[in-house]
Amino acid sequence: MNPFSSGTRLRDMIRAIRACKTAAEERAVVRKECAAIRAAINENDQDYRHRNLAKLMFIQMLGYPTHFGQMECLKLIASAGFPEKRIGYLGLMLLLDERQEVLMLVTNSLKQDLNHSNQYIVGLALCALGNICSAEMARDLAPEVERLLQFRDPNIRKKAALCSIRIIKKVPDLAENFINPAASLLKEKHHGVLITGVQLCTDLCKVSSEALEYFRKKCTDGLVKTLRDIANSPYAPEYDIAGITDPFLHIRLLKLLRILGQGDADASDCMNDILAQVATKTESNKNAGNAILYECVETIMSIEDNGGLRVLAINILGRFLSNRDNNIRYVALNMLMKAMMVDAQAVQRHRATILECVKDSDASIQKRALELVYLLVNENNVKPLTKELIEYLEVSDQEFKGDLTAKICSLVEKFSPEKIWYIDQMLKVLSEAGNFVKDEVWHALIVVISNATDLHGYTVRALYRALQTSTEQETLVRVAVWCIGEYGDMLVNNVGMLDIEDPITVTESDAVDAIEVAIKRHSSDLTTKAMALIALLKLSSRFPSCSERIRDIIVQNKGNLVLELQQRSIEFNCILQKHQNIRSALVERMPVLDEATFSGRRAGSLPSAVSTSSTGAPRNLPNGIAKPAAAPIADLLDLSSDDVPAPSSSGGDFLQDLLGVDLSPASAPSGTSQPPKAGTDVLLDLLSLGTLPPAQSSSSTSDILSSSQDNKAPLANLNGLTSLSSLSPNATSPASAASMMDLLDGFGPSPQKHEENGPAFPSLVAYESSSLRMTFNFSKQPGNPQTTLIQATFTNLSPNVYNDFLFQAAVPKFLQLHLDPASSNTLPASGNGSISQNLKVTNSQHGKKSLVMRIRIAYKMNNKDVLEEGQISNFPRDL
Amino acid sequence: MIRFILLQNRQGKTRLAKYYVPLEDSEKHKVEYEVHRLVVNRDPKFTNFVEFRTHKVIYRRYAGLFFSLCVDITDNELAYLECIHLFVEILDHFFSNVCELDLVFNFHKVYLILDEFILAGELQETSKKAIIERMGELEKLE
Repeated sequence: MNPFSSGTRLRDMIRAIRACKTAAEERAVVRKECAAIRAAINENDQDYRHRNLAKLMFIQMLGYPTHFGQMECLKLIASAGFPEKRIGYLGLMLLLDERQEVLMLVTNSLKQDLNHSNQYIVGLALCALGNICSAEMARDLAPEVERLLQFRDPNIRKKAALCSIRIIKKVPDLAENFINPAASLLKEKHHGVLITGVQLCTDLCKVSSEALEYFRKKCTDGLVKTLRDIANSPYAPEYDIAGITDPFLHIRLLKLLRILGQGDADASDCMNDILAQVATKTESNKNAGNAILYECVETIMSIEDNGGLRVLAINILGRFLSNRDNNIRYVALNMLMKAMMVDAQAVQRHRATILECVKDSDASIQKRALELVYLLVNENNVKPLTKELIEYLEVSDQEFKGDLTAKICSLVEKFSPEKIWYIDQMLKVLSEAGNFVKDEVWHALIVVISNATDLHGYTVRALYRALQTSTEQETLVRVAVWCIGEYGDMLVNNVGMLDIEDPITVTESDAVDAIEVAIKRHSSDLTTKAMALIALLKLSSRFPSCSERIRDIIVQNKGNLVLELQQRSIEFNCILQKHQNIRSALVERMPVLDEATFSGRRAGSLPSAVSTSSTGAPRNLPNGIAKPAAAPIADLLDLSSDDVPAPSSSGGDFLQDLLGVDLSPASAPSGTSQPPKAGTDVLLDLLSLGTLPPAQSSSSTSDILSSSQDNKAPLANLNGLTSLSSLSPNATSPASAASMMDLLDGFGPSPQKHEENGPAFPSLVAYESSSLRMTFNFSKQPGNPQTTLIQATFTNLSPNVYNDFLFQAAVPKFLQLHLDPASSNTLPASGNGSISQNLKVTNSQHGKKSLVMRIRIAYKMNNKDVLEEGQISNFPRDL
Repeated sequence: MIRFILLQNRQGKTRLAKYYVPLEDSEKHKVEYEVHRLVVNRDPKFTNFVEFRTHKVIYRRYAGLFFSLCVDITDNELAYLECIHLFVEILDHFFSNVCELDLVFNFHKVYLILDEFILAGELQETSKKAIIERMGELEKLE
């Protein structure tokens, strides 16, 4: 006999392992035991085989490898005695699973044991089969199991029923063989057989519609009767739990009835009475009773409509929701989600309670409640619900903030009634939990801000304030930095002040301070710092008084260890030093970003897109301010026309990487996918970085450079105008020309078009903000096609009178502009009258280029200076 | 359907682990570790349900032992909670005043009881008496 295996019994080994003080000691004991067991296996030791296997099972439970014992299981199963087989099957279930090939070897033993004369051995075999059967075993042994469903002993019948479930899950084709025997199990009185029979029928219904039809027709009445019997049964000590006879059987029956009643009015009708009885009569002061009620409610919700029952069910859930037991509240929340599909109105009534649950300390309840609140929100209640959620965001656990933030952002985007509200809420979220806000969410916010022309000033001031109080939220800093860069002048001059705002005094150097803090903060990441550099560049032109200081900050970063920042700093410094003449054109305010394109691009990845424009026609911008996505191309041509060594190309690529923009569609042949391209441009715009259109590879950079050299003269003379139409798209490569035309939406310049239009041109709403509208009427002098007479009409859209009204316009060099005096300098309130002013524009490039104009309107409202600016590039083509 | 059943003590030692779906050994250890971490620090006032990956764990603590069932997301949580309690009552009856040590030294018997209570991830018998009697018959065959 093996010297190692003789000694220790299973008990002794467990004691020895328990006595170990350290993990190393335990490993040593286990190693010794394993060595002994291996030796015994090699010697084919018979006497201690089952003891060794028992030890192996314990060792396996501790987490050590035990595969070397797998064959021992098979040997024990093949032996004759019950104790050996019992350990063998136990080992089989613990040490092996359905995926091991060794399992094939056991099929034959299983078959023999399923036909064994000893019913306890049959039981062992069924149990093992039920727990680890593979598809092949299922096919081989299904006939045996099917036969055992009619075995005389109920212990075998119930095991066979559960075994059948495993078999039909592995091989659904076998389902039809089990339909009849399963139906006969439903007539049993023995609870164990009945409950397993009901379960088998439930699973058969899931895999076979034939089975579902059969049970629906033949068994519904019988099941209803069984449920009634059990619900009305007198006290049965054997099955009693908290005064209810066999709640498990109740629940299984209700579940099967649910499947039968779903989508079938007759079957549903048949079970109405008993469901009403269960729902009203079941005691709800113990868990068992509540479990039944819960299942019953789910069945009522799922079967065909019966108004009365549903009211009953919702009332039960209402009671659950106010229960003190957390478990009950949890299931109530769970079920209310399903009830939302059936009767949203009824669930809305519990809104306040559900909202309280979001603030529960238990993460499970929080999560359920948040999901539910998310479903509850609609246009009518979005404001109060969002307010509550955002307030909670301030105090919620860190782990919960991610979920909560994502949900709030999604709700705000989906249901926001107006832009200002959307912006307000997003700013709150950014200030509270900016670090949890996903990139696409703050990108979307910037797009919306950019589109809300009349809120630019308000937004930048709000962001500036937020930045003063919370600097730890990365995304808040980014959005703030972007906005200060773009709208810094509005921040300082309090432009576009809303009534609800408190005026703040921000000096130019305060604004630069804010950016400087962002760039110097250690926790700022690369994107933020890069954005801050661009913002500084922009401010250098907006705030001439600070440009020296800005240059200092930029110069400090020339030695930055991060290549990207270093390169940007050097390039920007170069712009500031050597290219004053183009700087202001270079750092023009970003044109309005195209919401439709951006949300379209997002729609692929996100279910809910920004839908803040209430008009429903986001493409149709009422004011003539530069068409979306048109100007970036002009911008980049501006850049490349200069002899600055292509400052944007590498940075652009890098940023594209940063933003995760996929460049692959861009490098594909042009015309394959325009929308993503436009999206990319929009994203690049976000970072206010003119870069090469993605369609162009680096080799075409020189193309652009050389071709735009020809246009250098007019460009240089633009004097602060973006040169949307001053460049002939022919100069760029065909691919980009095509995409540009696309982006321009047909409003862009079309040099090929020469024909003279008639003198009639439609009038144009050239500019519109929340406070002011400007309309242009065109006429031409006969015989002088180059000259256009424009009558501008201004209408006041606000309830306040405007004084000292002054309209100014500027045009590029190829145009000549003559302004006549205005009809008045006072604009009455609310559209009660208007100011008109005549303009004469002469187009020296008539037929080649369209008109473009930059305007500035200044007036006093309530003695406050207001300045509105814009660019008009949607003139009719042939002016 | 029950995916797996775990019995763990507060230190995270597994006293029983029964899987009704096939998992690699390494995956099993990971699951045991994660489930233990999920349940061990929860406030007793909290729900007995925790979402775990795409399923949920229904657990209940008895003295220093955690009984955890991993079930489908659509299953009746309250019923499984009751199910754990029934299992504990059976153990208590079988070992007469069960304690952790009983389960350690007689782990194979605990598995046998479980096999009479749950099979293929579904409830097999709801009568405590029937299971105890059945165990008695099986013990006689040893």
